[in-house]
Amino acid sequence: MRSEPATLVVLFVQFAVLSLFAIGGASTVVPEMQRQMVEIRGWLSDRQFGELYAIAQAAPGPNVMFVALLGHFIAGAPGAIVTTAAMCGPTCLLAYGVSRAFERFRAARLTMAIQAGLVPVTIGLIASSALIIARASDHDWSTFAVTAATFALATWTRISPLIALAGAAALGLAGLVH
Amino acid sequence: MSDRSADPSAAATAPVVPGSLLEIFLAFARVSIFSFGGVLPWARRMLVVEKRWMSPEEFNDLLALCQFLPGPNIVNVCAVWGSRVRGLPGVLACLFGLLGPSVVLMIAAGTLYRRYGAVPELHGVLTGLAAGAAGLIMSTAAQMAAPLLRRRPGPEHFVALAGFIAIGVLRLNFPVVLLVLVPLSIALAWRRVLPKESAAR
Repeated sequence: MRSEPATLVVLFVQFAVLSLFAIGGASTVVPEMQRQMVEIRGWLSDRQFGELYAIAQAAPGPNVMFVALLGHFIAGAPGAIVTTAAMCGPTCLLAYGVSRAFERFRAARLTMAIQAGLVPVTIGLIASSALIIARASDHDWSTFAVTAATFALATWTRISPLIALAGAAALGLAGLVH
Repeated sequence: MSDRSADPSAAATAPVVPGSLLEIFLAFARVSIFSFGGVLPWARRMLVVEKRWMSPEEFNDLLALCQFLPGPNIVNVCAVWGSRVRGLPGVLACLFGLLGPSVVLMIAAGTLYRRYGAVPELHGVLTGLAAGAAGLIMSTAAQMAAPLLRRRPGPEHFVALAGFIAIGVLRLNFPVVLLVLVPLSIALAWRRVLPKESAAR
């Protein structure tokens, strides 16, 4: 681990710059992170990068927390805090500024058209994510059944999805899901 | 799918005002700790269904905007919402709640990873969790589409379907699809926002 200030500065600058290119979410710049951290700087191996990504996906919390895990691997706890702040700080400021501008011109026709035009695209994108994630996680009928059951519980009942996920994890632990 | 069970909050029009910064912090910390399989379903459930701090339409609008701004989408949504209800302290309460517990958890997970690496039982648990998480995100997509499905088929339905087919089914290049679909969708919306506006005023 390299906790010296120089490493932390490099991490901050790199992730702050990356975040500004992360249109559509943090996961869009994962390939670029891999190039920077693994191929250019050699701070970790390809295999380590993939395993850390899998751990971040399995853990609760925003997807972007992968950068905390990466920061921790490279520079310890300070690295985790620095990468998280760099990835979230500048873009939150930007989102705040843009949303304020939108509020101010709320009644303008162009603002309304942009807002109204973005919503159906977003719905299409979320539905796409659902399909892509389902394809990646459902290998046979047992995983498909788990997905369908979780979908039904979360859509038509008020039972906490946590119970469904706990059940899914238990089935996995028992070796019943492949 | 009936609307009420799909989204119990759909009937409530006026969003509830959060009580205190501590309440905001704790609500987001809960999302952070329990949001297995992606934070979007859990953040939406907390904001729209449980606390009713946002209406379903307001959530869709803000997520749509943040989706096309750089950075982590849900983090941006929460920060903007926090600034609207409580200014800068509200932003900080949201961000520390949403990110703080996760950073601590990631440091713990990273330490364990360095020490133990892969354990076979872990693989089974992760497989089950991933399958369950896929169901959750499907449910969120269905609930977000509910306001759209209630309306008569029109250009919005075409855009949503086109986006789903291009990105989800055909896996076309993401930036290219957005470059085509976003201006098209805004142009289509341009034609329908004016009548709506004059009807409202």
